[in-house]
Amino acid sequence: MADIDTKIRTKTQGGVTDVLVLVSHPMETGQRPDPKDKNKKVPAHYIQKLNFSLNGKEIASTDLGPAVSKDPLIGIKLKGVKPGDKIKVTWSDNQGQSGSGEATAG
Amino acid sequence: MTHLPRRLFLKNTLATAVLVGVGSTGLFRPGWALAAEWPKDAFAAKQLDEAIRAVFGPGPLSPSTAVKLRVPTQAENSAQVQIQVLAEMPDVEAIAVFVEKNPSPLVAHASFAGAQGFFSARMKMGQTSDVVAVVKAGGKLYTAKQNVKVTVGGCGG
Repeated sequence: MADIDTKIRTKTQGGVTDVLVLVSHPMETGQRPDPKDKNKKVPAHYIQKLNFSLNGKEIASTDLGPAVSKDPLIGIKLKGVKPGDKIKVTWSDNQGQSGSGEATAG
Repeated sequence: MTHLPRRLFLKNTLATAVLVGVGSTGLFRPGWALAAEWPKDAFAAKQLDEAIRAVFGPGPLSPSTAVKLRVPTQAENSAQVQIQVLAEMPDVEAIAVFVEKNPSPLVAHASFAGAQGFFSARMKMGQTSDVVAVVKAGGKLYTAKQNVKVTVGGCGG
């Protein structure tokens, strides 16, 4: 499987940092019929866990279900982030794939 | 006979590689163990009440205006419904989002250890339904809900 892209964008305004994560993931529910064979369904393939850490310390952990849209765009807010702080996101899906991305707060 | 040392060497390196592999997965585990396991039962629940109980356990839910749920009143694309939950109370521990009439109501659950009480995502909706946000703060459960109309056929507006 090709590597799945994990992009992170941060924006600090008034002491609050918005962290937005975009993972290019199919988020297949397991209920969609296979376009090639109508009797089959496309197997479920979705991110289950997506965790955020700030300078190596876990600050938020999310559990996602198949109802989250394709190419999930997940946002959280942080306070007291200093320029140069490292924000890391790690995720894993139901098929055992995982990925991560890192950004430096500006 | 000349090949024997090579074979032995390969055998040994393979064995070491396997050991290292096992060791490193073992090393990765503690990082993941910090966060609870993915709540399989909660995502499998078919009813809204059942799903909320599976995530948060028993306890009264009180509707609160401090839970700001931002979703469109009408979804133009049911596969990409933007949702934002902002919890304005202190000590927010977790936020969960449910769509009452989805096959499995639980969409996502976020727990915080230092982050603000905010969660945003895009989600799929099967049909017109109430969207429910549940916030756990200071050991209590607060909720807000809004109806989102899904227009099948894509001619929303």
